[in-house]
Amino acid sequence: MIERKFPTELKELKYSIQKLAEKAGLDFFDVVFEVVDYKEMNEIAACGGYPIRYHHWRFAMEHERLSKGYAYGLQRIYEIVINNDPCYSYLLRSNLNVDQKLVMAHVYAHSDFFKNNTWFSTTNRKMIDEMANHATRIRKYQDKHGVDKVEEFIDTCLSLENLIDSHFGFIKRRDEREFDDSEELVVSKLRADKPYMNSFINPSEWIEEQRKRKELEKEEDRKKRIQLVKIEGYERDILGFLIKYAPLDDWQKDILGIIREEAYYFLPQRHTKIMNEGWASYWHSKILTEEALKDSEVIDYAEHHAGTMGVSPGRINPYKLGLELFLDIEDRWNKGKFGSDYERCESADVKRKWDRKLGIGREKIFEVRRLFSDIEFLDEFLTEEFCREHEMFTYTYDEKHNAYRIKDVDFESVKKQLLLNLTNLGEPIIILRDANHGNAGELLLAHEFDGVPLNLGKAKDTLKNLRRIWGKPVNLATVISQKDDDKKVLLRCEEDKVETKETVDLNKFDTDRT
Amino acid sequence: MAFDRIGPDYERFRKIVHGRIRENLRRYISHGEMIGRRGKDLISIPIPEIDIPRFEKDPRKDIGVGQGKGGVGDLLGKGKPERGAGAGDLPGEHMLEVDVTLEDLAQLLGEELELPRIEPKGKKNIQNYHNRYTTIRRVGPESLRHFKRTYKQALKRQIISGQYNPEEPRIVPIHEDRFYKSWKRVPLPESSAVVFYMMDVSGSMGDEQKEIVRTESFWIDIWLRSHYKNLEVAYLIHDAEAREVDREAFYGTKESGGTKISSAYKLFADMIDKKYNPDDWNIYGFHFSDGDNWSEDNDDCISLLEQRILKRVNLFCYGQVKPVQSSDTFIHYFRELAGKHENAVFSEIDDKEGIMDSIKSFLGKGR
Repeated sequence: MIERKFPTELKELKYSIQKLAEKAGLDFFDVVFEVVDYKEMNEIAACGGYPIRYHHWRFAMEHERLSKGYAYGLQRIYEIVINNDPCYSYLLRSNLNVDQKLVMAHVYAHSDFFKNNTWFSTTNRKMIDEMANHATRIRKYQDKHGVDKVEEFIDTCLSLENLIDSHFGFIKRRDEREFDDSEELVVSKLRADKPYMNSFINPSEWIEEQRKRKELEKEEDRKKRIQLVKIEGYERDILGFLIKYAPLDDWQKDILGIIREEAYYFLPQRHTKIMNEGWASYWHSKILTEEALKDSEVIDYAEHHAGTMGVSPGRINPYKLGLELFLDIEDRWNKGKFGSDYERCESADVKRKWDRKLGIGREKIFEVRRLFSDIEFLDEFLTEEFCREHEMFTYTYDEKHNAYRIKDVDFESVKKQLLLNLTNLGEPIIILRDANHGNAGELLLAHEFDGVPLNLGKAKDTLKNLRRIWGKPVNLATVISQKDDDKKVLLRCEEDKVETKETVDLNKFDTDRT
Repeated sequence: MAFDRIGPDYERFRKIVHGRIRENLRRYISHGEMIGRRGKDLISIPIPEIDIPRFEKDPRKDIGVGQGKGGVGDLLGKGKPERGAGAGDLPGEHMLEVDVTLEDLAQLLGEELELPRIEPKGKKNIQNYHNRYTTIRRVGPESLRHFKRTYKQALKRQIISGQYNPEEPRIVPIHEDRFYKSWKRVPLPESSAVVFYMMDVSGSMGDEQKEIVRTESFWIDIWLRSHYKNLEVAYLIHDAEAREVDREAFYGTKESGGTKISSAYKLFADMIDKKYNPDDWNIYGFHFSDGDNWSEDNDDCISLLEQRILKRVNLFCYGQVKPVQSSDTFIHYFRELAGKHENAVFSEIDDKEGIMDSIKSFLGKGR
């Protein structure tokens, strides 16, 4: 990256905003800002915020999408911030100064969130270095084994990317990479004093024999290890399991490990999307409207802020929902609108005017940003009043009209659905039940059915990829819906075809689960 | 950024995209999906998003949460509302629009249909020379060193002189081993070509027939454009009379008169006489009709073709689109003619699925 001078004008803004953020009580990592043009911004965003990330075609696909969105004027990325110590943040060059102020305040609040929220406490704060290492290692494997081969393997791994334990953040993950990249089996030769004796003392047939013996030993060793695998109850971190036990070469294990580590690194951000954006929006609006705005900038600020807060029907805007929940919490705790007295009060009028003048709202939201993730945040603080005021609803797909239709508007169903959609980050819960299914070394996965079936076509393709990694048949117990009837089935991938076996009793697999 | 971050990713991505387009080419051709999405050098093609499959929930069965005005049962508009990350975050079926250069598209078409490259006739108007690195020399700049040859030479020398040790194969090229790439100056003819699209616009040609003509001429155009830098296009329509029109009128005109194909051929021949000397131009004629010609006109057409046209054009193609059910259509006369002349080609296009085969028979001659 070219060292570019950070414009003095922006430096002044940076320091003033930083001071204001400190004054407000935010506690953040240092932030390194860099100004980029929209092209660079799209490139960085396409790579998940890390320009030094390894090369993969999907980043180009994402870039294509972002660039189109920018060209058609549909979307624009004002800023990117990454969780690292120091935080790195990219600002769009074409932002107005008032935009830059807003964005900086926003970024400082994100940085505060990264530093203090407990879900982030186990993330790697030197992730930039780690990502660069990943890129280097993958490049090394590409040089050694060929670009196509490595890319194909990365595609296979990415297909299984979400088979991780989404609440696994606190488990140590590093020690599993104990292998090195010496795939060549070293065959020791006998000593030959004279070079010309070499071919007599170490005939090539003999060396070949030794090599084969070693290979066999390695294979035996693997088999033994697999037989020892005991899944206690169930295993959610399927990627971790595969790294340990699947018959992979060391470079393949390493790549699978890289994919897994990056997946875990991004987990907390996915867990706290609503809170994180809400928190940042809360602080950019506080800092700007109370302190940093000049009179001449008010209109531009209002436009930018309103753009961020816009809602389209059928879409939850995490910025808006998060911000308003934080405002609501602050207000409630300021006025003492919580606790059993408040809950038990039956007069809506009294409730509305309720004010104990506690003034602990600010304190409360700092506590919330430290301890909660989205799902807990909504579970705890989404109230019926809030839901009604903000006109929330649930919707379903209407096949007849090829459109989406509002299903419910009542608080109970909205909240229930919202929490359900946030459960496991909205992804199906897949667990590993047995690594020696049918006593034949087959994998048995089970999909914990929550009412929404899997996308069958994709599930089948994913199973094929899993089969490729495991090297033996793999099975998935799931539910498919036909018309109005849900049916339990077992998807089985033996070679390169997935068959659907019916009449499977899921309870049969439940016996060993405690 | 000093380095090109996304470039190498794009290279891989482009390969995948081209693969996809090739797979779906027949569908694109028979549905004409791309037409109208064309810029000067680029064409925008919608392809299904190239997805890495994952275990994911079926978006059609999923229930989302939204915000906004509305009561139970209200529609939220067609298609899928864009989801915020908070509520579900399930990707739906997206279409991805990718830009492909016309040249790439022509290449894909050529590969898929196994079309031979066109050999332009009359290389008289050579306009340019071009350096091609096809030869080898013993001297040259280091930047052009031919590594493989140099290595081979060094290997040979070491084996001959006994320095080569198979246990420790270390090859060190010396100055005498070096080979360099070198260039040859080759003439680069830039030929000019002109395409005549002729269409029957009489009452019997319906919208569906026109759509087929439109699609087919689009692909022919792409193919020819990739071979000729300088390509002119002329559009002729006819019923009982023929006239030259612009592109819009070509596809938009509907007449109710009868059909006299010879009128178009006569105009075609006259225009060649006037403007396009066959020594300087590669001339192409594509004629589309439903074949419902005045029967006394058929002989005139054939003699026009034989005497004034076929001798001067690279290729003359007659496409009979969704023919009327009659044994006496123009194609019977043309078939006889095509047997005698190499550069007369015909095809029958019954429906959109037939476009691809028709293109193949038209352009498969390599003329």
